[in-house]
Amino acid sequence: MSIRFTVNGAEKEFAGDGEMPLLWYLRDHARLTGTKFGCGGGFCGACTVLLDGAAVRSCQLPVESLAGRKVTTIEGLGAHGLHAVQKAWIEEDVPQCGYCQAGQILSAVALLQRVPDPTPADVDTITNFCRCGTYARIRRAIARAARELKDAK
Amino acid sequence: MNALASVVTRRRFLQASLSASGALVLVPGSTLAADGSPTPENPLGILIRIEPDNRIVIGAIGAEIGQGVKTSLPMILAEELDADWSQVSVEQKPLMIDFSGPEPRFRFGSQGAGGSTSIPDGWAELRQFGAQARWLIRQAAAARWNVPPEKVGTRDSHVIHPDGRQAPYAEFAAAASKLTLPAEPVALKDPSEYRVIGQPRRVVDAEEIVTGRARYGIDVYEPDARTAVMLRCPYFDGEIASLDDKAARAVPGVRAVVVVPGPRPGEPFTANLATGVAVVADDMWSALKGRNALKVEWTRGPFASESSAALDAQCEALLGKTGQVVRNDGDFDAARKSAARVVTARYREPYISHAPLEAPCAFVHVMSDRARVVAPLQQPGGASRAVSRVTGIPRPAITVEMTRCGGGFGRRLTNDFVAEAAHVSKATGWPVKLVWTRTDDLQHDFFRPFGHHELIATLDESSRVTGWTHRLASASKYYRRADVKPEDLWTAELYPDDFPAYLVPNYRLEWHEVKSGIPRGSWRAPAHTANAFCVQSFVDEVAHAAGQDPLAFQLAMLGPDRVLDYAQHGGPKFSTGRLRTVLERVAREIGWGRKLPRDRGIGLAAHFTFGGYTAHAIEVSVAPGGAIAFERVVAATDVGRPINPLGIVAQIQGGTIDGLSTAMNLEISIRDGRVEQSNFDGYPLAMMRQMPHDVEVHVIESTADPAGCGEMGIPTAAPALANAIFAATGIRIRNLPMRDQLALALKKA
Repeated sequence: MSIRFTVNGAEKEFAGDGEMPLLWYLRDHARLTGTKFGCGGGFCGACTVLLDGAAVRSCQLPVESLAGRKVTTIEGLGAHGLHAVQKAWIEEDVPQCGYCQAGQILSAVALLQRVPDPTPADVDTITNFCRCGTYARIRRAIARAARELKDAK
Repeated sequence: MNALASVVTRRRFLQASLSASGALVLVPGSTLAADGSPTPENPLGILIRIEPDNRIVIGAIGAEIGQGVKTSLPMILAEELDADWSQVSVEQKPLMIDFSGPEPRFRFGSQGAGGSTSIPDGWAELRQFGAQARWLIRQAAAARWNVPPEKVGTRDSHVIHPDGRQAPYAEFAAAASKLTLPAEPVALKDPSEYRVIGQPRRVVDAEEIVTGRARYGIDVYEPDARTAVMLRCPYFDGEIASLDDKAARAVPGVRAVVVVPGPRPGEPFTANLATGVAVVADDMWSALKGRNALKVEWTRGPFASESSAALDAQCEALLGKTGQVVRNDGDFDAARKSAARVVTARYREPYISHAPLEAPCAFVHVMSDRARVVAPLQQPGGASRAVSRVTGIPRPAITVEMTRCGGGFGRRLTNDFVAEAAHVSKATGWPVKLVWTRTDDLQHDFFRPFGHHELIATLDESSRVTGWTHRLASASKYYRRADVKPEDLWTAELYPDDFPAYLVPNYRLEWHEVKSGIPRGSWRAPAHTANAFCVQSFVDEVAHAAGQDPLAFQLAMLGPDRVLDYAQHGGPKFSTGRLRTVLERVAREIGWGRKLPRDRGIGLAAHFTFGGYTAHAIEVSVAPGGAIAFERVVAATDVGRPINPLGIVAQIQGGTIDGLSTAMNLEISIRDGRVEQSNFDGYPLAMMRQMPHDVEVHVIESTADPAGCGEMGIPTAAPALANAIFAATGIRIRNLPMRDQLALALKKA
């Protein structure tokens, strides 16, 4: 039995092991390697992708659960140039090692879609780890992106 | 250290040539022998490329682990080249070892990342390379224009004619490629002319990172490569009792199962760190399923009864006895007898794991007579050694390419994961990417040593410190190194010239060896993280015991500004004045001494780490239940001349978070001879909501030679927090991690 879903707007059909987590499908099969493996247990958020617009841990999501769903990875964000959140990340010089940042960015995108003008407490709902400790700059980048997105409207 | 001195005396020179596309290509091509004559080398790699369109490509020589050297090292070179930074791009260079001499040596200077040495190691040589490249172009321009070279200016990748005309460097590529550099080093710029060094520059790879294009070790997908994961013996030095791999081999996609022997018990760690079984498959998911299907019984090894509780008991017993005396100034016992007041405290530091977010992984392809490594590495030279040891292939036939690293923190100083991948590739003949899971990483690390510390201070009638001892019982990280004698195991645990050496007349350091089977290694700012927590907490304790203001007390201990000897890494000198400056700066910024509301407190700490001076001032409020809120976190750092202030701020901020997260939350505990934690639920790195919203960093302007900055932000964060908690609540936390100790103590009170 095969599963149909979309990744970054492209139709995908998968007939392999339906238990395979989306993370490994994206990396090993679709070769979208921006989605990172951090813990495999749903804790760290390095593997965050958007599922129908909501931030989810792709290491916890078997491919068989994806029928008809829309997946967006970091490669699919800002398909027409950089997304405002990505620009803000560069402006605020957020990355250090950079490994968690695709997941952080997607979590921020999902947050700003739900809450366009987030309070610090709203930002606290992001539970992605940054081992390098870039949290202060992540907060600044989210605030900057929120301003940019509001101005763009 | 010694390596640095040898780089300076062994001057390297650039060789210029013209590429087929017309680019000026500069290679560190020859060295001067002791008699001044050049030594020929094989041209291996390009350090600088000036393209026909005047873009400049600079090679990044260092291992990028998030500390920013892919940005800051090229900045140093670009400065002396007088390059337009906005037109510079940076290209990661592979490991370049020159094997033509009697001893292998780095072709571009040290390429490892450890001890915050990339910047100080690169400082002299990269400036000289930049200056040599600029010299060639100026000479070529002067010849073309028929003016004296000293009349030719440069700016932003352009040469400037005495009449004001400008021309891009690229116009002189062909002419410059035919010139030879003088035998003497080329003159460097006056620092007042710096236009790149000292300017805030963003991470060069930022766009690749935020778009997911940056390539880490786990992103290496080579043609025909297979993926391997390993099941390692969870018991320290245990072995395979029985193995049934039938079910694993039956998993679709699994291609091979390979036993990887570990070191024998007690043997030095020179390759992999534990016995294990590798499952080699078409992709990661098949490999993981295959691993789950393995049936392995393990022997429990010689440390089957080891536990954290037993280690605590061992340490407590040792602290009751005199240890190996490793520094002894004056007569502490006499000072104690005549003291007006004696203050004693014991502290505990747990084992902790590096936990880089990208767990160890390596691509290795072992062929009949050569091998190729592509991996996230902190010690690429060690990776080549490890592969050679496992395969027997001579090092000159092993190429090592460095990807970005998803964090390092010292984990990648050992190349055990490269050795494993080499073993599996050799056994199967396939190119192999070996990937560790988080469970593998937390259970099989070279952990930061465990230890208990006892500090005693003696004071005279006027509350001056007359004596000080620091007795440490710890599990030395040097315990399985081939080149370290038993009597030198302490050197990894206590740095004898650290504060307050030379500042207290009767000063004694003692060390006890704790027996433990768990592998140990270097964790970001190694012994500084443990020792600064104890020493800077204790200074605060002694000040309070003596009824003194902690700031005034520490400043009095530092005394007048002077320069003291510092024989360990980060020396040769330690300036009390530079430490005083950062301490006073954070105190001033946070408003030390002002009246605070109830349940609020400010804590201070200062420390000298590997050539850099950092202080923290932290203000917390404590809720009735014991929850801590960070009101303000301020740091000041003096790392010599700042190369990239934006990067320094990032490193100090990140170090602060690392220090706080680790002290508040993290411990690797042992039970029945194995690690208890298996993922981030048991090893909870701090999330955003637990950490300060901002970390204010003040970078001290300095003209001293630059130090690194990757490790300087950590050691003082935890003691400043503990001191703040004490100021707010009167409760002293001496055992790490802090976890719910404050809540429990408040409940009791």
